[in-house]
Amino acid sequence: MSLATAAQRASSWVVASSLMQRIGSVVLFILVWQVAADAIHSRLLPSASAVFVVLIEESLHGPLLFHLGITLARVAAAFVVAMIIGTAIGIVMGRSQTLDALFDSWLVLLLNLPALVIIVLAYVWFGLTEAAAIGAVAVNKIPNTAVTLREGARTLDRNYSDMAASFHLGRWRTLRHVIMPQLYPYVFAAARSGLALVWKIVLIVELLGRSNGVGFEIQLYFQQFDVTRILAYSIAFMVVIQVIEWAIFQPLERRAGRWRP
Amino acid sequence: MAPVTPALSAKIREKRYARARGTKPHLALEGLSLAVAAGEFVALVGPSGCGKTTLLNIVAGLDQDFAGEVQLAPRPDGHPARVGYVFQEPRLLPWRTVYENIALVLPPHRADATVKDMLRAVGLPNARDLYPPQLSVGMSRRVAIARAFAIQPDLLLMDEPFVSLDHDTVEQLRELLLKLWHARPTTVLFVTHDIREALVLADRLVLLSGAPGHVVADVPVSLARDLRHSGAEIERLRDEILRRHRELIGAAAATTPVE
Repeated sequence: MSLATAAQRASSWVVASSLMQRIGSVVLFILVWQVAADAIHSRLLPSASAVFVVLIEESLHGPLLFHLGITLARVAAAFVVAMIIGTAIGIVMGRSQTLDALFDSWLVLLLNLPALVIIVLAYVWFGLTEAAAIGAVAVNKIPNTAVTLREGARTLDRNYSDMAASFHLGRWRTLRHVIMPQLYPYVFAAARSGLALVWKIVLIVELLGRSNGVGFEIQLYFQQFDVTRILAYSIAFMVVIQVIEWAIFQPLERRAGRWRP
Repeated sequence: MAPVTPALSAKIREKRYARARGTKPHLALEGLSLAVAAGEFVALVGPSGCGKTTLLNIVAGLDQDFAGEVQLAPRPDGHPARVGYVFQEPRLLPWRTVYENIALVLPPHRADATVKDMLRAVGLPNARDLYPPQLSVGMSRRVAIARAFAIQPDLLLMDEPFVSLDHDTVEQLRELLLKLWHARPTTVLFVTHDIREALVLADRLVLLSGAPGHVVADVPVSLARDLRHSGAEIERLRDEILRRHRELIGAAAATTPVE
């Protein structure tokens, strides 16, 4: 008992000290930025404090939160579509050698197709619509997810599948309780890299063919050479993405791995 | 007495495994025929590599790539027979709790009561919220047995479920299995390479040859169940079987402690 609490105390100490390191690192970055901006003293490199003031100002009285919300909704939609379709393709290709051989080159082709080309083609073919925008982002992420999940599906343990078959668990129970838990590490890997990729591409999609969202705003301030607002918008969005990672991904991953001793 | 309708009848003309390209396929079973009466406890005994697990997988319907036929008597209500399988390794899902592992194989409306009942029956009433990695090997086997009995199987397949356990644990698990089987009668096909184990547990021993596996002898165990605790009687029967079936000596050597 006392050993366990000691171990707990030690591990919470490790967590606390790694948190302190993180905060220290961020503070150091802001400090370097502030000093550099003060030294250069140019409109093109606003100081950290100036950006922060604009960030607060735009959130409270400007349209920042509105555009942030729009962009976040697009990220969520594209992310969900890409994860579901990519996971399904990955599992099927990992399980069937025939389909894998047939479609492997398609995946390679899609993986190597530049995001910009997919976006431009989507807008040309389907018009400057919301569906085209979200679809283009999803198509960028799907091959990536599929390749990761295919790797996972190839490692599925035959013993568990036999158990499921002999007890007649049926497709849905087998997928939910036997197959997906084996794939969770791969799903999380795909989700992590997916979120990072998706939000960056969403900004490009907005810049090229939408009239709102963080990407659209950044284009606007680019034309005005308003670096302060460009930085304010991107920092706001980076913070949101990091919060999603901490508040959603990490707890989910801990939950999925709680059975590990 | 057990009724005479066979719960299981298997006629395997041939079962081959594809091997590496260019080599001849491995012939695992050939001309094997087996019938098990309802309620009977049959032990399949044979040297390792004789295709015992292959036969169980065929009976369980996991392996359909063979020449021959397997018939399971339907349930009284006309539904197909239910088959419980206790694998050599417990094969519990490590990411699901003990409760969830058993509930998973049951219809949801009677999962709660059945799991509780089965966990008590195997002596693990407090293990329901543990994850399999937290269980000892003996406990894991108990849960695997509970899972197989939970579905009220018409046929219970057991593939050397007690190997690589220490002597005391094996004794306890054998006793538990017999207790469960008496309380919840079912047809059992129990694979082992240990003749002593087969003699302690089964109504009848079916001896298999080395690969390609087929039945070499059918040995009813006449010794009354309450007399099987006597080691001397079991030893005598075992010696008798070994004298008559020298091909099993390889299997016997594997289970004889080094002196």
